[in-house]
Amino acid sequence: MSLARRREPAPTGAGAGAGAGAGGRVSSLVRHAARIAWKDLRIELRSREILYTMAFFGALLVVIFAIAFPLDMRAVRGSLPGMLWTAIAFTGTIGLGRAFDRERENDTMRALLLAPVPRLAVFLGKAIATALMVLAVAVICAPLLAVFLNVALFAHPLPLVLIVVLGAIGVAVTGSVFAATLLKVRSRDVLLPVILYPLLIPLFGAGTKCTAALIADPANLEGAWYWIQFLGIYDAAFLVVSVWIFESLVIE
Amino acid sequence: MKKPTIPVFAVLAAAGIATSIYAIFFHAPLQYGLNEDGKLNGSSLFFNQKIFYFHTAHAMLLILAVASAGVSSILFLLSRTAPDAAAPGPESRGAMAFIRAHGSMWDDIASASVDVAVAFGAIALLSGSIWAKAAWDVWWNGEPRLTITLLLWLVLVGYVVVRRFAGPSADRITAGMAIFGGVSSYFVYTMVGKDSHPASGTNGVVATLGPGMKGAFWLTVASFACWYIALVVSRVQSTRAERELRELRERGLDLGVLQ
Repeated sequence: MSLARRREPAPTGAGAGAGAGAGGRVSSLVRHAARIAWKDLRIELRSREILYTMAFFGALLVVIFAIAFPLDMRAVRGSLPGMLWTAIAFTGTIGLGRAFDRERENDTMRALLLAPVPRLAVFLGKAIATALMVLAVAVICAPLLAVFLNVALFAHPLPLVLIVVLGAIGVAVTGSVFAATLLKVRSRDVLLPVILYPLLIPLFGAGTKCTAALIADPANLEGAWYWIQFLGIYDAAFLVVSVWIFESLVIE
Repeated sequence: MKKPTIPVFAVLAAAGIATSIYAIFFHAPLQYGLNEDGKLNGSSLFFNQKIFYFHTAHAMLLILAVASAGVSSILFLLSRTAPDAAAPGPESRGAMAFIRAHGSMWDDIASASVDVAVAFGAIALLSGSIWAKAAWDVWWNGEPRLTITLLLWLVLVGYVVVRRFAGPSADRITAGMAIFGGVSSYFVYTMVGKDSHPASGTNGVVATLGPGMKGAFWLTVASFACWYIALVVSRVQSTRAERELRELRERGLDLGVLQ
Protein backbone atom coordinates (compact mmCIF):
# COMPACT_ATOMS: atom_id res chain seq x y z
CA MET A 1 0.00 0.00 0.00
CA SER A 2 2.60 2.47 1.08
CA LEU A 3 4.97 1.58 -1.76
CA ALA A 4 2.45 2.32 -4.47
CA ARG A 5 1.38 5.60 -2.96
CA ARG A 6 4.85 6.84 -2.21
CA ARG A 7 5.35 8.11 -5.73
CA GLU A 8 2.50 10.55 -5.56
CA PRO A 9 3.62 14.08 -4.82
CA ALA A 10 3.55 14.55 -1.10
CA PRO A 11 0.80 16.93 -0.10
CA THR A 12 2.51 18.12 3.03
CA GLY A 13 2.68 21.44 4.70
CA ALA A 14 6.21 20.75 5.92
CA GLY A 15 9.08 22.98 4.91
CA ALA A 16 10.02 21.61 1.51
CA GLY A 17 13.12 23.69 0.99
CA ALA A 18 15.71 20.89 1.09
CA GLY A 19 18.99 22.73 1.39
CA ALA A 20 22.41 21.18 1.91
CA GLY A 21 23.95 20.04 5.19
CA ALA A 22 22.30 19.45 8.56
CA GLY A 23 19.45 21.86 7.94
CA GLY A 24 18.56 19.97 4.78
CA ARG A 25 18.71 16.67 6.60
CA VAL A 26 16.34 17.87 9.29
CA SER A 27 13.90 19.31 6.81
CA SER A 28 13.98 16.10 4.74
CA LEU A 29 13.37 14.10 7.93
CA VAL A 30 10.37 16.26 8.71
CA ARG A 31 9.15 15.91 5.13
CA HIS A 32 9.43 12.11 5.20
CA ALA A 33 7.75 11.93 8.60
CA ALA A 34 4.92 14.15 7.40
CA ARG A 35 4.53 12.01 4.30
CA ILE A 36 4.24 8.81 6.35
CA ALA A 37 1.81 10.46 8.73
CA TRP A 38 -0.23 11.70 5.80
CA LYS A 39 -0.25 8.19 4.30
CA ASP A 40 -1.74 6.81 7.52
CA LEU A 41 -4.24 9.61 7.81
CA ARG A 42 -5.33 9.26 4.19
CA ILE A 43 -5.97 5.54 4.59
CA GLU A 44 -7.92 6.40 7.71
CA LEU A 45 -9.91 9.16 6.00
CA ARG A 46 -10.92 6.74 3.27
CA SER A 47 -12.11 3.90 5.48
CA ARG A 48 -12.74 5.86 8.70
CA GLU A 49 -12.57 2.50 10.47
CA ILE A 50 -10.38 3.41 13.43
CA LEU A 51 -11.86 6.86 13.86
CA TYR A 52 -15.47 5.69 13.91
CA THR A 53 -14.84 2.71 16.19
CA MET A 54 -12.65 4.71 18.57
CA ALA A 55 -15.09 7.60 18.69
CA PHE A 56 -18.07 5.33 19.27
CA PHE A 57 -16.21 3.44 21.95
CA GLY A 58 -15.26 6.74 23.61
CA ALA A 59 -18.87 7.94 23.49
CA LEU A 60 -20.02 4.63 24.99
CA LEU A 61 -17.48 5.03 27.80
CA VAL A 62 -18.85 8.49 28.55
CA VAL A 63 -22.40 7.17 28.72
CA ILE A 64 -21.31 4.31 30.99
CA PHE A 65 -19.52 6.77 33.26
CA ALA A 66 -22.59 9.01 33.35
CA ILE A 67 -24.72 6.04 34.42
CA ALA A 68 -22.21 4.44 36.79
CA PHE A 69 -21.17 7.47 38.84
CA PRO A 70 -23.29 9.68 41.08
CA LEU A 71 -24.24 12.91 39.34
CA ASP A 72 -24.16 15.36 42.20
CA MET A 73 -21.87 18.30 41.57
CA ARG A 74 -19.12 17.59 44.09
CA ALA A 75 -18.71 13.95 43.12
CA VAL A 76 -18.62 14.84 39.43
CA ARG A 77 -15.97 17.52 39.95
CA GLY A 78 -13.83 14.88 41.59
CA SER A 79 -14.34 12.13 39.06
CA LEU A 80 -14.65 13.91 35.69
CA PRO A 81 -10.87 14.30 35.14
CA GLY A 82 -10.43 10.59 35.74
CA MET A 83 -13.22 9.81 33.26
CA LEU A 84 -11.71 12.00 30.54
CA TRP A 85 -8.25 10.48 30.89
CA THR A 86 -9.53 6.94 31.24
CA ALA A 87 -11.35 7.46 27.94
CA ILE A 88 -8.14 8.78 26.35
CA ALA A 89 -6.15 5.82 27.69
CA PHE A 90 -8.64 3.18 26.50
CA THR A 91 -9.32 4.64 23.08
CA GLY A 92 -5.62 5.41 22.63
CA THR A 93 -4.55 1.78 23.03
CA ILE A 94 -7.35 0.61 20.73
CA GLY A 95 -6.34 3.12 18.06
CA LEU A 96 -2.66 2.24 18.39
CA GLY A 97 -3.35 -1.46 18.07
CA ARG A 98 -5.46 -1.00 14.97
CA ALA A 99 -3.12 1.51 13.30
CA PHE A 100 -0.25 -0.98 13.50
CA ASP A 101 -2.41 -4.01 12.71
CA ARG A 102 -3.01 -2.39 9.36
CA GLU A 103 0.71 -2.51 8.60
CA ARG A 104 0.82 -6.13 9.73
CA GLU A 105 -2.14 -7.36 7.69
CA ASN A 106 -0.58 -6.17 4.45
CA ASP A 107 2.95 -6.89 5.69
CA THR A 108 3.85 -3.30 4.88
CA MET A 109 5.84 -2.61 8.05
CA ARG A 110 8.84 -4.34 6.49
CA ALA A 111 8.44 -2.24 3.34
CA LEU A 112 8.18 0.86 5.48
CA LEU A 113 11.37 -0.03 7.36
CA LEU A 114 13.19 -0.88 4.13
CA ALA A 115 12.13 2.35 2.46
CA PRO A 116 15.00 4.75 1.74
CA VAL A 117 14.03 7.12 4.50
CA PRO A 118 15.51 7.32 8.00
CA ARG A 119 13.77 4.94 10.43
CA LEU A 120 13.37 7.96 12.65
CA ALA A 121 11.04 9.41 10.02
CA VAL A 122 8.97 6.21 10.02
CA PHE A 123 8.63 6.43 13.79
CA LEU A 124 7.80 10.14 13.82
CA GLY A 125 5.26 9.73 11.03
CA LYS A 126 3.48 6.92 12.84
CA ALA A 127 3.49 8.86 16.10
CA ILE A 128 2.11 12.02 14.46
CA ALA A 129 -0.74 10.11 12.80
CA THR A 130 -1.60 8.31 16.06
CA ALA A 131 -1.50 11.54 18.06
CA LEU A 132 -3.93 13.15 15.64
CA MET A 133 -6.33 10.21 15.94
CA VAL A 134 -6.21 10.27 19.75
CA LEU A 135 -6.86 14.00 19.60
CA ALA A 136 -9.85 13.48 17.33
CA VAL A 137 -11.37 11.12 19.89
CA ALA A 138 -10.68 13.54 22.74
CA VAL A 139 -12.44 16.25 20.73
CA ILE A 140 -15.54 14.04 20.70
CA CYS A 141 -15.33 12.74 24.28
CA ALA A 142 -14.64 15.99 26.13
CA PRO A 143 -17.79 17.87 25.00
CA LEU A 144 -19.89 14.75 25.61
CA LEU A 145 -18.54 14.54 29.16
CA ALA A 146 -19.27 18.23 29.70
CA VAL A 147 -22.84 17.77 28.44
CA PHE A 148 -23.71 14.54 30.20
CA LEU A 149 -22.17 15.48 33.53
CA ASN A 150 -23.06 19.16 33.39
CA VAL A 151 -19.60 20.46 34.24
CA ALA A 152 -18.06 23.68 32.92
CA LEU A 153 -15.15 21.80 31.37
CA PHE A 154 -14.42 24.53 28.86
CA ALA A 155 -14.25 27.44 31.26
CA HIS A 156 -10.52 27.71 30.49
CA PRO A 157 -10.16 26.29 26.99
CA LEU A 158 -6.49 27.07 26.32
CA PRO A 159 -4.93 25.08 29.20
CA LEU A 160 -7.37 22.22 28.58
CA VAL A 161 -6.48 22.03 24.90
CA LEU A 162 -2.77 22.19 25.74
CA ILE A 163 -2.88 19.39 28.29
CA VAL A 164 -4.95 17.16 26.01
CA VAL A 165 -2.60 17.78 23.07
CA LEU A 166 0.43 17.00 25.23
CA GLY A 167 -1.29 13.88 26.55
CA ALA A 168 -2.12 12.68 23.05
CA ILE A 169 1.50 13.23 21.98
CA GLY A 170 2.79 11.28 24.98
CA VAL A 171 0.44 8.34 24.41
CA ALA A 172 1.26 8.27 20.70
CA VAL A 173 5.05 8.51 21.10
CA THR A 174 5.47 5.78 23.71
CA GLY A 175 2.67 3.72 22.22
CA SER A 176 4.16 3.78 18.72
CA VAL A 177 7.47 2.39 19.96
CA PHE A 178 5.84 -0.58 21.66
CA ALA A 179 3.06 -1.15 19.13
CA ALA A 180 5.72 -1.36 16.41
CA THR A 181 7.79 -3.90 18.36
CA LEU A 182 4.70 -5.92 19.29
CA LEU A 183 3.67 -6.23 15.65
CA LYS A 184 4.68 -9.87 15.32
CA VAL A 185 3.57 -10.97 18.78
CA ARG A 186 0.46 -13.08 19.04
CA SER A 187 -1.05 -11.60 22.21
CA ARG A 188 -0.19 -8.00 21.27
CA ASP A 189 -3.69 -6.68 22.05
CA VAL A 190 -3.33 -7.60 25.70
CA LEU A 191 0.36 -6.85 26.01
CA LEU A 192 0.17 -3.30 24.69
CA PRO A 193 -1.82 -1.95 27.66
CA VAL A 194 0.17 -4.17 30.03
CA ILE A 195 3.35 -2.43 28.85
CA LEU A 196 1.96 1.05 28.29
CA TYR A 197 -0.18 1.84 31.31
CA PRO A 198 2.52 1.54 33.99
CA LEU A 199 4.87 3.66 31.89
CA LEU A 200 2.19 6.27 31.20
CA ILE A 201 1.04 6.70 34.79
CA PRO A 202 2.85 10.06 35.17
CA LEU A 203 1.06 11.24 32.04
CA PHE A 204 -2.38 10.23 33.27
CA GLY A 205 -1.60 11.59 36.72
CA ALA A 206 -0.54 14.96 35.35
CA GLY A 207 -3.53 15.03 32.99
CA THR A 208 -6.09 14.33 35.70
CA LYS A 209 -4.50 16.77 38.15
CA CYS A 210 -4.42 19.51 35.53
CA THR A 211 -8.04 18.90 34.50
CA ALA A 212 -9.12 18.80 38.14
CA ALA A 213 -7.39 22.15 38.74
CA LEU A 214 -9.21 23.62 35.73
CA ILE A 215 -12.72 22.56 36.74
CA ALA A 216 -12.26 23.34 40.44
CA ASP A 217 -14.35 26.15 41.81
CA PRO A 218 -12.55 28.57 41.65
CA ALA A 219 -10.16 27.28 39.00
CA ASN A 220 -6.56 26.84 40.07
CA LEU A 221 -4.79 28.11 36.96
CA GLU A 222 -1.36 28.15 38.57
CA GLY A 223 -1.62 24.46 39.37
CA ALA A 224 -2.87 23.71 35.87
CA TRP A 225 0.14 25.42 34.29
CA TYR A 226 2.49 23.49 36.57
CA TRP A 227 1.08 20.19 35.31
CA ILE A 228 1.19 21.38 31.70
CA GLN A 229 4.90 22.10 32.11
CA PHE A 230 5.38 18.77 33.85
CA LEU A 231 3.72 16.94 30.98
CA GLY A 232 5.73 18.93 28.46
CA ILE A 233 8.99 17.83 30.09
CA TYR A 234 7.71 14.26 30.36
CA ASP A 235 6.82 14.23 26.65
CA ALA A 236 10.22 15.65 25.73
CA ALA A 237 12.05 13.02 27.80
CA PHE A 238 10.02 10.14 26.39
CA LEU A 239 10.43 11.48 22.86
CA VAL A 240 14.21 11.54 23.28
CA VAL A 241 14.26 7.99 24.66
CA SER A 242 11.90 6.78 21.91
CA VAL A 243 14.00 8.33 19.16
CA TRP A 244 17.08 6.80 20.71
CA ILE A 245 15.81 3.23 21.08
CA PHE A 246 13.23 2.91 18.28
CA GLU A 247 15.68 1.67 15.69
CA SER A 248 17.33 -0.97 17.86
CA LEU A 249 13.88 -2.18 18.96
CA VAL A 250 12.33 -2.67 15.53
CA ILE A 251 15.22 -4.24 13.60
CA GLU A 252 14.95 -8.00 13.36
CA MET B 1 30.57 -17.59 36.66
CA LYS B 2 32.43 -20.76 37.40
CA LYS B 3 30.67 -23.88 38.61
CA PRO B 4 30.99 -23.40 42.43
CA THR B 5 29.56 -19.87 42.42
CA ILE B 6 26.00 -20.86 43.23
CA PRO B 7 26.71 -23.38 46.03
CA VAL B 8 29.22 -21.05 47.69
CA PHE B 9 26.85 -18.09 47.73
CA ALA B 10 23.87 -20.25 48.69
CA VAL B 11 25.74 -21.67 51.69
CA LEU B 12 26.96 -18.20 52.68
CA ALA B 13 23.39 -16.91 52.39
CA ALA B 14 21.92 -19.76 54.45
CA ALA B 15 24.47 -19.36 57.22
CA GLY B 16 24.19 -15.58 57.11
CA ILE B 17 20.39 -15.49 57.21
CA ALA B 18 20.28 -17.95 60.13
CA THR B 19 22.87 -15.89 62.02
CA SER B 20 21.13 -12.62 61.26
CA ILE B 21 17.78 -13.92 62.49
CA TYR B 22 19.50 -14.84 65.74
CA ALA B 23 21.21 -11.46 65.87
CA ILE B 24 18.00 -9.56 65.15
CA PHE B 25 15.93 -11.24 67.83
CA PHE B 26 18.48 -12.01 70.57
CA HIS B 27 21.25 -9.51 70.10
CA ALA B 28 19.83 -6.25 68.73
CA PRO B 29 18.02 -4.14 71.35
CA LEU B 30 14.37 -3.19 71.15
CA GLN B 31 13.74 0.16 69.51
CA TYR B 32 12.15 2.85 71.60
CA GLY B 33 12.51 6.59 71.85
CA LEU B 34 12.64 8.56 75.10
CA ASN B 35 11.65 12.11 75.81
CA GLU B 36 13.97 14.36 77.80
CA ASP B 37 12.14 13.45 81.00
CA GLY B 38 12.83 9.76 80.48
CA LYS B 39 9.28 8.83 79.39
CA LEU B 40 8.54 6.82 76.22
CA ASN B 41 7.65 8.96 73.22
CA GLY B 42 5.68 8.46 70.01
CA SER B 43 8.55 7.04 67.98
CA SER B 44 8.70 3.85 70.03
CA LEU B 45 8.17 0.79 67.85
CA PHE B 46 9.42 -1.97 70.19
CA PHE B 47 9.09 -5.36 68.57
CA ASN B 48 7.55 -4.01 65.33
CA GLN B 49 10.89 -2.51 64.41
CA LYS B 50 12.35 -6.01 63.87
CA ILE B 51 10.78 -6.19 60.42
CA PHE B 52 12.90 -3.21 59.39
CA TYR B 53 15.98 -5.45 59.03
CA PHE B 54 14.40 -7.60 56.33
CA HIS B 55 12.38 -4.80 54.76
CA THR B 56 15.27 -2.41 54.20
CA ALA B 57 17.62 -5.17 53.05
CA HIS B 58 15.13 -6.29 50.41
CA ALA B 59 14.41 -2.73 49.31
CA MET B 60 18.15 -2.05 48.89
CA LEU B 61 18.61 -5.20 46.82
CA LEU B 62 15.52 -4.29 44.79
CA ILE B 63 17.24 -1.06 43.79
CA LEU B 64 20.42 -2.97 42.97
CA ALA B 65 18.48 -5.46 40.83
CA VAL B 66 16.59 -2.74 38.98
CA ALA B 67 19.78 -0.79 38.32
CA SER B 68 21.54 -3.87 36.98
CA ALA B 69 18.52 -4.68 34.79
CA GLY B 70 18.50 -1.14 33.42
CA VAL B 71 22.23 -1.04 32.69
CA SER B 72 22.25 -4.46 31.04
CA SER B 73 19.16 -3.53 28.98
CA ILE B 74 20.99 -0.47 27.65
CA LEU B 75 24.05 -2.61 26.89
CA PHE B 76 21.83 -5.18 25.17
CA LEU B 77 20.28 -2.55 22.91
CA LEU B 78 23.73 -1.11 22.19
CA SER B 79 24.90 -4.57 21.17
CA ARG B 80 22.06 -4.67 18.65
CA THR B 81 22.92 -1.41 16.88
CA ALA B 82 24.61 -1.64 13.51
CA PRO B 83 28.42 -1.80 13.75
CA ASP B 84 29.02 1.15 11.41
CA ALA B 85 26.74 3.38 13.44
CA ALA B 86 28.53 3.09 16.75
CA ALA B 87 32.11 1.94 16.17
CA PRO B 88 33.99 3.32 13.17
CA GLY B 89 36.35 0.97 11.38
CA PRO B 90 36.81 -2.79 11.63
CA GLU B 91 39.81 -2.49 13.96
CA SER B 92 37.73 -0.99 16.76
CA ARG B 93 38.20 -2.97 19.94
CA GLY B 94 37.57 -2.18 23.56
CA ALA B 95 34.27 -1.48 25.21
CA MET B 96 31.97 -1.46 22.18
CA ALA B 97 33.36 -4.71 20.77
CA PHE B 98 33.02 -6.34 24.19
CA ILE B 99 29.43 -5.17 24.47
CA ARG B 100 28.61 -6.47 21.02
CA ALA B 101 30.29 -9.84 21.55
CA HIS B 102 28.17 -10.56 24.65
CA GLY B 103 24.78 -9.48 23.33
CA SER B 104 22.74 -12.35 24.71
CA MET B 105 24.54 -12.27 28.05
CA TRP B 106 23.27 -8.73 28.75
CA ASP B 107 19.77 -9.88 27.95
CA ASP B 108 20.10 -12.87 30.29
CA ILE B 109 21.37 -10.67 33.10
CA ALA B 110 18.56 -8.17 32.61
CA SER B 111 15.92 -10.88 32.62
CA ALA B 112 17.38 -12.66 35.64
CA SER B 113 17.68 -9.40 37.58
CA VAL B 114 14.05 -8.54 36.91
CA ASP B 115 12.87 -12.00 38.00
CA VAL B 116 14.75 -11.57 41.26
CA ALA B 117 13.60 -7.95 41.57
CA VAL B 118 9.95 -9.04 41.40
CA ALA B 119 10.49 -11.41 44.32
CA PHE B 120 12.48 -8.94 46.39
CA GLY B 121 10.06 -6.14 45.56
CA ALA B 122 7.09 -8.24 46.68
CA ILE B 123 8.82 -8.93 50.00
CA ALA B 124 9.77 -5.27 50.44
CA LEU B 125 6.20 -4.11 49.70
CA LEU B 126 4.54 -6.72 51.92
CA SER B 127 6.89 -6.22 54.87
CA GLY B 128 6.56 -2.46 54.49
CA SER B 129 2.80 -2.81 54.52
CA ILE B 130 2.89 -4.84 57.73
CA TRP B 131 5.17 -2.24 59.29
CA ALA B 132 2.84 0.55 58.16
CA LYS B 133 -0.11 -1.18 59.86
CA ALA B 134 1.84 -1.20 63.12
CA ALA B 135 3.36 2.27 62.85
CA TRP B 136 0.74 4.30 60.95
CA ASP B 137 -2.31 2.06 61.53
CA VAL B 138 -2.97 1.73 57.77
CA TRP B 139 -1.90 -0.99 55.40
CA TRP B 140 -1.29 1.48 52.64
CA ASN B 141 -1.15 5.21 52.14
CA GLY B 142 -0.47 7.15 48.96
CA GLU B 143 2.94 8.19 50.18
CA PRO B 144 5.59 8.86 47.46
CA ARG B 145 8.05 6.10 48.13
CA LEU B 146 5.27 3.53 48.43
CA THR B 147 3.63 4.71 45.24
CA ILE B 148 6.85 4.74 43.26
CA THR B 149 7.83 1.29 44.56
CA LEU B 150 4.43 -0.12 43.66
CA LEU B 151 4.56 1.38 40.16
CA LEU B 152 8.10 0.16 39.66
CA TRP B 153 6.98 -3.27 40.80
CA LEU B 154 4.06 -3.19 38.35
CA VAL B 155 6.47 -2.38 35.51
CA LEU B 156 8.60 -5.33 36.63
CA VAL B 157 5.62 -7.70 36.68
CA GLY B 158 4.65 -6.42 33.22
CA TYR B 159 8.22 -7.15 32.15
CA VAL B 160 7.94 -10.75 33.32
CA VAL B 161 4.54 -11.13 31.61
CA VAL B 162 5.89 -9.79 28.32
CA ARG B 163 9.00 -11.92 28.62
CA ARG B 164 6.80 -14.98 29.02
CA PHE B 165 4.18 -14.31 26.34
CA ALA B 166 5.78 -12.13 23.69
CA GLY B 167 7.70 -14.87 21.88
CA PRO B 168 10.98 -14.32 20.09
CA SER B 169 10.94 -10.52 20.12
CA ALA B 170 10.45 -10.40 23.90
CA ASP B 171 14.10 -9.53 24.52
CA ARG B 172 13.87 -6.24 22.61
CA ILE B 173 10.48 -5.23 23.95
CA THR B 174 11.47 -5.84 27.55
CA ALA B 175 14.73 -3.94 27.10
CA GLY B 176 12.63 -0.98 25.94
CA MET B 177 10.35 -1.39 28.95
CA ALA B 178 13.29 -1.33 31.35
CA ILE B 179 14.63 1.91 29.88
CA PHE B 180 11.25 3.65 29.70
CA GLY B 181 10.47 2.43 33.21
CA GLY B 182 13.62 4.08 34.52
CA VAL B 183 12.71 7.42 32.91
CA SER B 184 9.11 7.12 34.05
CA SER B 185 9.95 6.45 37.70
CA TYR B 186 11.68 9.84 37.93
CA PHE B 187 8.45 11.54 36.84
CA VAL B 188 6.38 9.47 39.22
CA TYR B 189 8.66 10.56 42.05
CA THR B 190 8.29 14.22 41.06
CA MET B 191 4.55 13.83 40.73
CA VAL B 192 3.59 12.21 44.00
CA GLY B 193 4.86 14.98 46.26
CA LYS B 194 5.74 14.99 49.94
CA ASP B 195 7.53 12.14 51.63
CA SER B 196 6.63 10.74 55.06
CA HIS B 197 8.57 7.49 54.78
CA PRO B 198 11.27 7.05 57.44
CA ALA B 199 14.27 8.92 56.08
CA SER B 200 17.27 7.46 54.34
CA GLY B 201 20.68 8.96 53.60
CA THR B 202 23.20 10.49 55.99
CA ASN B 203 20.57 11.50 58.57
CA GLY B 204 18.31 8.55 57.86
CA VAL B 205 17.31 5.48 59.78
CA VAL B 206 20.19 3.29 58.62
CA ALA B 207 22.88 5.89 59.33
CA THR B 208 21.59 6.58 62.84
CA LEU B 209 21.06 3.00 63.99
CA GLY B 210 22.13 2.15 67.51
CA PRO B 211 25.36 0.17 67.92
CA GLY B 212 23.60 -3.14 68.62
CA MET B 213 21.31 -2.75 65.64
CA LYS B 214 23.89 -1.71 63.09
CA GLY B 215 25.77 -5.02 63.09
CA ALA B 216 22.61 -7.08 62.78
CA PHE B 217 21.37 -4.86 59.97
CA TRP B 218 24.49 -5.04 57.81
CA LEU B 219 24.76 -8.78 58.44
CA THR B 220 21.20 -9.16 57.12
CA VAL B 221 21.98 -7.05 54.06
CA ALA B 222 25.14 -9.05 53.32
CA SER B 223 23.34 -12.40 53.73
CA PHE B 224 20.52 -11.40 51.41
CA ALA B 225 23.08 -10.00 48.94
CA CYS B 226 24.67 -13.47 48.83
CA TRP B 227 21.21 -14.96 48.30
CA TYR B 228 20.59 -12.39 45.57
CA ILE B 229 23.82 -13.28 43.77
CA ALA B 230 23.06 -17.01 43.96
CA LEU B 231 19.57 -16.43 42.52
CA VAL B 232 20.71 -14.18 39.67
CA VAL B 233 23.59 -16.44 38.67
CA SER B 234 21.37 -19.52 38.66
CA ARG B 235 18.71 -17.69 36.62
CA VAL B 236 21.31 -16.55 34.10
CA GLN B 237 22.69 -20.07 33.80
CA SER B 238 19.29 -21.70 33.40
CA THR B 239 18.23 -19.14 30.78
CA ARG B 240 21.43 -19.76 28.88
CA ALA B 241 20.95 -23.54 29.14
CA GLU B 242 17.39 -23.18 27.86
CA ARG B 243 18.57 -21.21 24.87
CA GLU B 244 21.40 -23.62 24.08
CA LEU B 245 19.01 -26.55 24.29
CA ARG B 246 16.59 -24.81 21.93
CA GLU B 247 19.35 -24.05 19.44
CA LEU B 248 20.64 -27.62 19.60
CA ARG B 249 17.16 -28.95 19.03
CA GLU B 250 16.72 -26.69 16.02
CA ARG B 251 20.05 -27.81 14.63
CA GLY B 252 19.10 -31.44 15.20
CA LEU B 253 15.82 -30.88 13.39
CA ASP B 254 17.62 -29.21 10.51
CA LEU B 255 20.09 -32.07 10.20
CA GLY B 256 17.32 -34.67 10.39
CA VAL B 257 18.75 -36.31 13.51
CA LEU B 258 15.69 -35.35 15.55
CA GLN B 259 12.13 -35.33 14.43
